[in-house]
Amino acid sequence: MNSLYYQKRLSRNIGDKFFTSLSVICALIAILPLIFLVTYILYKGGSQITPELFTLEPNPPGDDLDAGGINPALIGTLIITSIASIIAIPVGVGGGIYLAEYSKGGAFSRFIRFGVNVLAGVPSIIAGVFIYALIVSTKILFGSMYSGLAGGMALSILMLPTVIKTTDEGLKLVPNELRYASLGVGASMYTTILKVTLPSAFRSIATGVVLGIARAAGETAPLIFTALFSYYYITGFGDLFYEMGSLAVLIYNFALEPYDAQNKLAWAASFILVLSILSVNIFSRILAAFTEKTKRV
Amino acid sequence: MEEKLTLFKNRKRFGIEKNIDIIFKNTALVLSSFVAIILLGIILVVFFQSFESFSRYGLKFLVTSEWNPVKDEYGAFTAIYGTLVTSFFSLLITIPLGVGTAIFITEDFVPKVVREIIGSFVELLAAIPSVVLGLWAIFVMEPFFRAFFVFLHNFFGWIPLFSTEPTGRNSLLAILILVVMLLPIVTSIARDSLNQVPKKLRNAAYGIGASRWKTIFSVILPAALSGIMAGVLLALGRAMGETMAVTMIIGNSNAFSWSLLSPGYTISSMLANQFGEADGSQVSSLFYAAFVLMILSLVVNIFAQLLVKKFSLKY
Repeated sequence: MNSLYYQKRLSRNIGDKFFTSLSVICALIAILPLIFLVTYILYKGGSQITPELFTLEPNPPGDDLDAGGINPALIGTLIITSIASIIAIPVGVGGGIYLAEYSKGGAFSRFIRFGVNVLAGVPSIIAGVFIYALIVSTKILFGSMYSGLAGGMALSILMLPTVIKTTDEGLKLVPNELRYASLGVGASMYTTILKVTLPSAFRSIATGVVLGIARAAGETAPLIFTALFSYYYITGFGDLFYEMGSLAVLIYNFALEPYDAQNKLAWAASFILVLSILSVNIFSRILAAFTEKTKRV
Repeated sequence: MEEKLTLFKNRKRFGIEKNIDIIFKNTALVLSSFVAIILLGIILVVFFQSFESFSRYGLKFLVTSEWNPVKDEYGAFTAIYGTLVTSFFSLLITIPLGVGTAIFITEDFVPKVVREIIGSFVELLAAIPSVVLGLWAIFVMEPFFRAFFVFLHNFFGWIPLFSTEPTGRNSLLAILILVVMLLPIVTSIARDSLNQVPKKLRNAAYGIGASRWKTIFSVILPAALSGIMAGVLLALGRAMGETMAVTMIIGNSNAFSWSLLSPGYTISSMLANQFGEADGSQVSSLFYAAFVLMILSLVVNIFAQLLVKKFSLKY
C-alpha cells in the first residue's frame, strides 16, 4: 500500500529533485546576467541623453570634457541601413518569390536554399573583407575608397539571406487554393503573385524584413573598413561617396578611447541603438502574436 | 501545379502579357541566383587576394606565430589557436547552461506564461548588437571579474591555462562574453527541438514508470539530440566568426600564450584591428587569415545543414 504514495527518500525522487534544481540554476545563471546587462545599458546610456546629443558633431577625442553629439553617426546609420535595404529587399524578395512560387524542388532551388543558409552563417567580418577587396581597394565607385555606399553594400550581404528566407517561408504558408482560384479566373502567374500571394504573405514577410533591418543596424564588423568613420555632418548626396560614421562604429571607436567623455558618448549611442532594436523586436513579436490569434478565430 | 493547368494550354493570352510573365519569372530566377553568385564571389575574391601570401608561406602560415610587418614575416597560429580555444571553451560553458535552460522552459516547473516570457526574453537578447556587448564587457564585466581572475591564478596557476598574472583584458573575458552571445542561440534551438519531440514518447515513458528526469535523459534528449547538435554547430560557427565583442575585450596581442588569463587574438579580431591600416603583403596575409576563418565557418555550417537534413523528421 505504501508504494502508492510519493516517497521523498526514494533515490529516483532525490535524483529528480537534484536535476530539477540544476535546471533552475541553469536558467537563473542564463537569465540573470542578461537582465542585468539590459538594465545596465538602459540605465547607463539613458542618463547620458540630452537634446544636444542629437544635433551636435562628436568632438575629436581629447581630454576636454565636452564630447559633443552623435548626429552624424545617427544619420549615417539611417543612410547605410537604408542603402542595405534598398539593395537587399528587392533581390531577396525576388529570390524568395522564385524559390517559393516557381521552383519545383529541383537541384537548383535546393542549391540556392542551401546557399542561403550557408551565406547566413558567413562571419559578418568576411562580408566587410569581401567588399573591401571588391569595392574599397579597387576604387570602383568613381574613385572613392571608404564610403557609406560600400558600407551599405557590405550590410546588404548580411541582410540578403534573412530576406530570402522570410519571403520563401512566408509565401509557402499561403494556401494553394488562393493560387488555384487566381489562376482559375485567368490571371497570369505574375498577376497571381503580385496581386494575390504576395499581399496575403505581406505581414509575415514584412516582420522578417524589419527584424533583418534591425539586426543590420547594429552590425559593426562589416563597416569598420568599408564605411570607416566620420566626425562631420552629412550635408548632401555627395557624402555617400566619402567615409561615413555610424552608431555601431562610434561605439566601437569611443569605447576604446581612454577619455571619459568619449566613453559616455558610446553609452549614449548604445542606449539609442539597443532601445530602437529592442522596440522593433518587441513590436513585431506582439504583431505576430496578434495576427496568429486572429487567424485562429 | 503545372499539370493541373494543361487544360488551359490552348487558351491564347496577349503577347505582351505572356512576355511580362516570362520576364517576371526570369528576373526572379536571376535574383535568386544572386545568393550563389555572392557566395562564390566571396570565396573566390578572398582566395585570390590571399594567393600571394599563400604561395609565399604555404601551410607554414598556419603553424607559425610570427606577425612582423617590418620583416615581412607572417604566421597566424596565435590567431587560429585563439579562435579555436575561445570557441571551444565558450561552447563548453554554453551547452550545459543553454540545454539546462531549454529543459527548464519546456518542462512544466513553472506556469506557461512565465516560461514564455523567459523564452522570448532570451530570444530578444540575441538581437543586442555585439558591439554593445563589447562595451558592457569592457566597463562592467572586466572590473567585476578582476578579483576572481586573481583568485584563479593564485590557486590554479599550476595549470597552464591559468599560468599568467591577469592584467586587464584577456581571452577568458572573451570566452565569457561569447557565452552571453551564444546562450540565446543554443537555448532557443534546443527549446524548439525539445518541443518537437512527440508527446506520446513522453507519455509512453511515464506509462512504464519512468521518473521525469529518467524520461528526459533517456527519451526526450536523445530524440531531440540532432536538433540540439545542429544548434550547437550553428553556435560554433557564430563563435568563430564573432568579431566586435571579442575584439574589444580579448586584448589583441599576437604573443602566443597557453594561458587564458593573458591577452590573445582571434582571426576576426586580427582582421578588425589591422585591416584598416595594412598595406603590401600584410593585406594579403590578412586575406589568407580571412580565408582560413571562412573555410572553418563554412565547414561547420555545411556540417550543421547536413545534420539537420539527415536527422529531421525521424519520428
